[in-house]
Amino acid sequence: MVESKFLPLDGATAVSQAMRQINPDVVAAYPITPQTAVVQNFSQYVADGIVNTEFIPVESEHAAMSACVGSSAAGARVMTATAANGLALMWEMLYIAAGMRLPIVLTVVNRALSSPLNIHCDHSDAMGARDSGWIQIYAETGQEAYDNTLQAMRIAEHPDILTPVMSCQDGFITGHGVERVGILPDEVVKQFVGEYKPRYALLNTDEPVTFGAWDFTDYYFEHKRQQSEVINSALPIIEDVFSEYTKLSGRPQPVLDTWEMDDAEYCIVVLSSTGGTSRAVARGLRAQGVKVGIVKPRLYRPFPAKYIVEAIKGCKAVAVLDRAISFGAPAGQGPLFTDITAALYNEGITGLNIVDYIFGLGGRDILPDQITSVFTDLQQIANEGQRGAMVRYLGLRE
Amino acid sequence: MTDRIRINLKDIVNNEERLAPGHRLCGGCGEPTIMRMILHAIEGPVVISTATGCLEVSTTVYPTTAWQVPWIHSAFENSATTISGVEAAYKALKRSGKIPADKEIKFLAVGGDGASYDIGFQWISGALERGHKLVYVCLNNEAYMNTGIQRSGATPKGANTTTSPVGDVIPGKTQWRKPFTRIMAAHDIPYVAQAAPHNYRDLMTKVKKAFAADGPAVLNILAPCPRGWRTESDQTMVLTKLAADTCYWPLYEVDHGKTVVNYKPREKKPVADWLKVQGRFRHLFRPAYASILEEIQARIDQEWERLLKEEAAG
Ligand SMILES: Cc1ncc(C[n+]2csc(CCOP(=O)(O)OP(=O)(O)O)c2C)c(N)n1
Repeated sequence: MVESKFLPLDGATAVSQAMRQINPDVVAAYPITPQTAVVQNFSQYVADGIVNTEFIPVESEHAAMSACVGSSAAGARVMTATAANGLALMWEMLYIAAGMRLPIVLTVVNRALSSPLNIHCDHSDAMGARDSGWIQIYAETGQEAYDNTLQAMRIAEHPDILTPVMSCQDGFITGHGVERVGILPDEVVKQFVGEYKPRYALLNTDEPVTFGAWDFTDYYFEHKRQQSEVINSALPIIEDVFSEYTKLSGRPQPVLDTWEMDDAEYCIVVLSSTGGTSRAVARGLRAQGVKVGIVKPRLYRPFPAKYIVEAIKGCKAVAVLDRAISFGAPAGQGPLFTDITAALYNEGITGLNIVDYIFGLGGRDILPDQITSVFTDLQQIANEGQRGAMVRYLGLRE
Repeated sequence: MTDRIRINLKDIVNNEERLAPGHRLCGGCGEPTIMRMILHAIEGPVVISTATGCLEVSTTVYPTTAWQVPWIHSAFENSATTISGVEAAYKALKRSGKIPADKEIKFLAVGGDGASYDIGFQWISGALERGHKLVYVCLNNEAYMNTGIQRSGATPKGANTTTSPVGDVIPGKTQWRKPFTRIMAAHDIPYVAQAAPHNYRDLMTKVKKAFAADGPAVLNILAPCPRGWRTESDQTMVLTKLAADTCYWPLYEVDHGKTVVNYKPREKKPVADWLKVQGRFRHLFRPAYASILEEIQARIDQEWERLLKEEAAG
């Protein structure tokens, strides 16, 4: 294990520190709150000559991802960052980056999508991109955002994965929130991420390659199947990278962050910063003798279905907390709930009491009392043997 | 290193073909001929990014490719941005020593008129403003041909297209074309030019000048489309010559802000000569549309006069 140096950093700055240490060949980016700090800090590193990166200050997020695609296909190590409307504007290019198997790392500082305009945190931006072929990792803290950025680079560039990675953290809550973040020594990071050796590169002009060919009905389907195979078989490789980083940093990097799940009767499954709030509440309830637990997936794509089912299947009642709505899905449930209930069914578990809570849209605060009320609801569901409403809302004025 | 600007026919004959035969572009399409002229004018390695469109779909039918050079297509609107990413990677990898310091590579982005005048306009403008060392080529067949001859910002007034059809009350496209070449020149980049394939020497010289420029350069090249223009497939060169002789498509360049008209017809032909040989303009010759013909001629005259004034102003 290598000692980290601890600094007071906000989550966005923590990511730019990771980017500084990775020293990518190219960064192409465009400003948007609450991601802007990432790009601003990085531009300063470029201006100060601290990194060797070619920074492309593009005129839109679509152009940011377009330039990233060009640079990555050229054979460069490439990173970018965005949020909300910026991610939405990149949409077309997200699929193209993934389809071309380009190992780009994109930091998303999660923010609500318009309309109405709102700059605060929810997960509607990244959740909308969950089927775009990108690997997705969600961070609870600025520390995790830093750690995940480094691991994302390794995962993306792994020769058996070669798939872009979206590394997400909660806008403002961790993105702007200052905390104590441990930074590994530069040399150690350099060794951990290693050197990127592209298999095919446009800049290798001696061996010309064609990227982005026209794929008819006779091949497209097979190519999409291959892409699906890659992301779905990536889990063991991702776990290897996570455990290597765990040993290096001394900070555990599970696929699924579980707290007191061995004997939990009531549990909450939630992504990102709300994992921390939930754990704090759960700790108090445990002290009172209520057997509660918390499950926080770090990895969302590929979806760690088996791990989640294994963790929650013995509970008396489970609450999924979704910071996004899947509009038009049954009862307006959220994407995390949809994925978990599908996973349960596929593992043959149909009798589990499980409910969905939509919370925190547009940055609405999620308070400890609300988490407590979720656990109270779960106990009531278990006691009465009646699930009641499948989809509920936390902190909403009705 | 600066390449020679002179065009040597012997070199062209001896050069290897970097766009292989066997692609699926239509007979008489201006695009592959122009691409081969461009590739013959480029010395040394080049990386090409191409927008979605006829050229792209017809040259890269998986698992085959006609491109003997590194080539990428990412989307419709962003070939300029994609190549600016490649160019940035080149700079970065050279700096870090992964590409030898003496290795020269050229960067070319290609798009149709739809990709250039319309959907990719902002992407091109951004790339020019950032000053990447790249050449952007618009293969201008004056409509969205790949999707079936829809009107674009480059489609001339009066043209019959599938989205500006001739109807009982509307006589084809009602708007004038966008002055793309002038707008590109207004970016104050080192080199912008308009060309056409019948004058291959002029076209290839412009390619060489574009690549020799100390910054981004743009070429707008007229590329006949027999399907869309409703012309015979053996008329490609005749058509672009008519476009130049009628001053419908002046061959000119803006070199570091200085306008030079590269071809001045000894006898300027009436624009009707250009219009009447193309099915897309056939309806304009109905007596009812005589005023449209007059209007087109007046506008072409006015644009030509302005161009000559710009040249005279130096
Ligand atoms: C974002 C997006 N919008 C629309 C299309 C459909 N599309 C593909 S090619 C094309 C027309 C291309 O026209 P142009 O740029 O003039 O090139 P040409 O095919 O005429 O050479 C269109 C509309 C697309 N591929 N992507």
